Amino acid sequence: MNLRIRGWMGWAWPIVPIVAALVFTSGLLLLFGSSPVEAFEAMLQGSFGDQSKTLSVLAFWVPLLLSSAGLLATFTAGLWNIGVEGQIILGSIAASWVALRVQAPGPALIALEVIASMMAGALWAGLSAVLKTRGKVHEIFSGLALNNLAIILTNYLISGPWQPPEGGTFRGTQPFQDAALLPRYADSRFSPLSFVFLVVAFALVVVALRGTFWGLKLKALGKNPRSAFLLGVSSEREAILAMMFCGALAGLGGAVRVLSWFDSLRQSISGGIGFLALLVVMLASYRIFWVPLIALFFSVVLNGSITLQLRTQLHSSLGGILTGVMVLLVLLFGDATKLGIFGKKKPHE
Amino acid sequence: MHIELQQIRKYFGPVKANDGISLSLEEGRIYGLLGENGAGKSTLMKILSGYQPPDRGEILIDGQAQTFSSPAGALASGIGMLYQDPLDFPPFKVIDNYLLGKEGDAVLDYRAAEAELRKITSRYGFEIDFQAFVDSLSLGERQELELVRLLAGGAQVLILDEPTTGISAEQKDKLFGSMQRLSHEEGKTIILVSHKLDEVQELCDHAYVLRAGQLVGEVDIPCQNEQLVELMFGQVPARSERPDFKLGQPVLELRDVTLSTYRLAVKDINLTLRAGEVFGLAGLEGSGQKLILQACAGLLRPEQGQMMLAGKDVTGWSYHHLQSAGVAYVAAGRLEEGLVAGLSLTEHVVLARPEHDFFVNWSEAQRETQSRIGHYQIVGRPDTLADELSGGNQQRFLFALLNSPLKLLLLEHPTRGLDLRSTDYIWKLLFRRREAGTAILFISADLDEIIERSDRIAVFSGGVMSRVVDAKSTSAEELGYLIGGQA
Amino acid sequence: MNDSEIIRILASIIFQSTPLMIAVSGETITERAGVVNLSLDGTMLMAAMTGFVVGLKTESLWIGFLAAAAVGALFALIVAFGNIRLRQSQVAVGFVLTLLGDDLSSFLGQNYTRIPGPVVKHFGIPVLKEIPILGPIFFNQDATVYFAFILVIVTWFLLFRTQPGLRIRSAGERPESAFARGVNVNRIRYLYSILGGALVGISGAVYSFNVKLGWSEGHTRGLGWIALAIVIFGGWSPVRGAFGAVLFGATKALATFLQKAFPEVSVVAFNSIPWLLMIAVLFVAGSDVTERLVVFMPRFVQRPLRRLLRVAPPMALGTTFGED
Repeated sequence: MNLRIRGWMGWAWPIVPIVAALVFTSGLLLLFGSSPVEAFEAMLQGSFGDQSKTLSVLAFWVPLLLSSAGLLATFTAGLWNIGVEGQIILGSIAASWVALRVQAPGPALIALEVIASMMAGALWAGLSAVLKTRGKVHEIFSGLALNNLAIILTNYLISGPWQPPEGGTFRGTQPFQDAALLPRYADSRFSPLSFVFLVVAFALVVVALRGTFWGLKLKALGKNPRSAFLLGVSSEREAILAMMFCGALAGLGGAVRVLSWFDSLRQSISGGIGFLALLVVMLASYRIFWVPLIALFFSVVLNGSITLQLRTQLHSSLGGILTGVMVLLVLLFGDATKLGIFGKKKPHE
Repeated sequence: MHIELQQIRKYFGPVKANDGISLSLEEGRIYGLLGENGAGKSTLMKILSGYQPPDRGEILIDGQAQTFSSPAGALASGIGMLYQDPLDFPPFKVIDNYLLGKEGDAVLDYRAAEAELRKITSRYGFEIDFQAFVDSLSLGERQELELVRLLAGGAQVLILDEPTTGISAEQKDKLFGSMQRLSHEEGKTIILVSHKLDEVQELCDHAYVLRAGQLVGEVDIPCQNEQLVELMFGQVPARSERPDFKLGQPVLELRDVTLSTYRLAVKDINLTLRAGEVFGLAGLEGSGQKLILQACAGLLRPEQGQMMLAGKDVTGWSYHHLQSAGVAYVAAGRLEEGLVAGLSLTEHVVLARPEHDFFVNWSEAQRETQSRIGHYQIVGRPDTLADELSGGNQQRFLFALLNSPLKLLLLEHPTRGLDLRSTDYIWKLLFRRREAGTAILFISADLDEIIERSDRIAVFSGGVMSRVVDAKSTSAEELGYLIGGQA
Repeated sequence: MNDSEIIRILASIIFQSTPLMIAVSGETITERAGVVNLSLDGTMLMAAMTGFVVGLKTESLWIGFLAAAAVGALFALIVAFGNIRLRQSQVAVGFVLTLLGDDLSSFLGQNYTRIPGPVVKHFGIPVLKEIPILGPIFFNQDATVYFAFILVIVTWFLLFRTQPGLRIRSAGERPESAFARGVNVNRIRYLYSILGGALVGISGAVYSFNVKLGWSEGHTRGLGWIALAIVIFGGWSPVRGAFGAVLFGATKALATFLQKAFPEVSVVAFNSIPWLLMIAVLFVAGSDVTERLVVFMPRFVQRPLRRLLRVAPPMALGTTFGED
């Protein structure tokens, strides 16, 4: 009997936080005198209202999932790569540099942009990793500082060396040459080519984590660095590699942001995608194949809330609140057996 | 104060740690509580001292049933326990450590506390610097500090859990002396938890023997050792003989090696181990023997001197470099330093093997793991997680992870916390390795183990290495004095 | 630059660092008890917003501060509850709360941005403010500044000179030993997480009522993280933490000064100073640089110097304690 209830709770459990998060945001909407039904309708409209909106969701999903896939490696290695946001930005900057400064035929230019963005993201992440292994600076703090430095660098470039020739108040560089942009589908922000990048990257992550010796080393490192070291895993090398791997994918995500979502380097180029990716992976815990679904759901919510702001003048942070509350609830109550409500946890477990 | 334990029961899952134990304790006497590892001694004493509640049964103090919600509650009723690893606060000052948890004003009165502390320590002949940090004290001094705290808290019953592990012969004599005084002059009840017969014979008036969670007998001391052994084990276990072995070429040579850490310096160590030799390092915890082990493993870089492995200069090589050159290191903490909780046995085997392909061949690894499980008699399956194994099986699995051939095997407390049978089995496996030419260097807090298993022995005291003694011609007493720094 | 200008700058540095001192004291208490409240950045934003809005509506600074403290306490309670009762990672819960606090404050405060509200009044302490040099720097300030001074001293006294302080530290260092001494570890952790959180909340409101008046989106963004870094730099001591806070306040003044001196350098370059400093400061606190320097000192100062520089996190920081 007891077991059956637990089994039922097992699959119904994910629904509870979703419902609770919806109730919470509904409460906020009522507080501001808006109808929750209308608001959620507006959000759905904003995501699925027409083809271009759905394509926008996909275009948002690609860099988000690229970053999330990278974070799977760092989380497996027990690293809190909060610097992923900065790694995205650095990827954007590197891709922009190529797009602005290099003249070449389309395919070559795009290949260069991809390589540059991945290298820049990897280096930015590697910096965080080296500060951790050599300077004992926790990656949360170095990552955070590097995020802010990346934003400052962007602002400097936009207002300084990469300022559009006409100047003006426009907060971004001039639009890139057409050859530098990723080919987009039907005038939308979505580029099928970026989807190809995504599939390759995600497959790479799955194989790396499940099938390779490197993935096993990361897993050991994440669970017990000391034992892993004694078993022969070089903790410094693997930590740096995991961070750089993640940084490369995040950097690629950044390239997709500037080359398909936008067409130039903008002030808030990432728009919090890195933080969102952290939430995605935390929500999925170690279930790799949930990550694309959760990322897609988050893209829907976030895109929808932009439409919501346009239509109702309500701040678009509502989307962030919805996802944040959900993740918080799953984190807190997700493992129902830990609660003690459904039978006490056995000792020595 | 008269104490009566009635039908104490405590189960941990399927394990019956205490299965209906009843015994009584009189004022002014010293009791021994004997039993193998896992017999239920510690569990029973943790219940008596309020650290954990029993599932069933009662504790009667002078005929009154008592329940304790915490060790502090038990101490208020006059029962105090000295744990093997003292429950103190290493980063605190001695005086703060003493004051914590005492009733009194919210603002600390250091002057009064020091006066109080000075009174008690001088009464029992202890010398402790009140302003020192606890982590700068030796284990013996930390035990004294705990004793003082318990006595000041009004303990009438003192429980000592394996108190002589890791302290010198001198400190032991001092400790036993104060116990004699406390019980026979001040009327306190002392309980000595131990698996060492000599200690019980030396100190106690009466002994209770536990086996598999039950009280199997009691005897007045002194008595015949054989009587106690039979009660403890049911039958006297036959220990495996140390096979005689012809030693080969030098494997490890340390020449004038000097090591130092923030706390301790070990100077000018010269040591040679030959193929097939088993070398034991004795000494109090923190006397320098662990530094030698770590230096040989490449975890600590010597400041001076030279280290040779099979005739090759390996001074300053990293841990992983030495690992691939045939040096293996097994640390004491199984799940802290050795195994990875949450990883399966197969995953461990893959990690520990010296050669790797980029992709893991899981089915082949599974078969390999299965064969090692069989060979090392581990109760578990290839997909069992390391933390699901029992302690003895974890230890055996650690040895199953060692590669062959090895030149040098470094072991830290290889059998700590294991029962006799597991201990014997592990040494059988280790002795098999010497036949392949492996030299074994190990440290242990158990002098009997060192004498019984080694070929040669060195003792560390305050960073100084004693002369090397031959295991066949030494005694626990001789080593005890070397541990105390007397040559 | 003349003397009075230097004094003015020093006074402004103290003023700027006030809220950081308060937040650092709060988080130091929390971490000493063994709990990492990583949500500081979100907590401060929410508290700054709540305090401002409540103060504005009730026209009472006191109620505004109280509301901010309550918000801080609530966030800390969630972290503590998640860790103690639900046994979840403090870092994960704290991080999510950081993001959530940021979004929630933007949403809830959207109608209150850039409007004037109540302000903490200037209050020079008679007599003391007349002391040359020190007077104008320390005693011709606002009440919040004095509160921060007193708080730092009280926090130090609480942690290192009282029985409750011993109990807090015991819960953070070695909970199983603390339990054996009759300390109710989890109650201590709840209590002082909440107290620390309330102080962090107050620090948020000090921004909106005092140091950076009013409310705007992302009003205090980043400052919570800086406070967390200062706690580490301060070696989990409120007094050293206060010095860390002043150091960060000073960089802001330095940036302004440098900007004047080198107008040709881009403004944004100076914004990076606090973040570079954060990395540098943690690098110094964490690496063995200090240990290597100590070795070169004469022998007789090595021991006291080590004790002074002894920076180790509470041994049980961030772990869960169950009583069995």
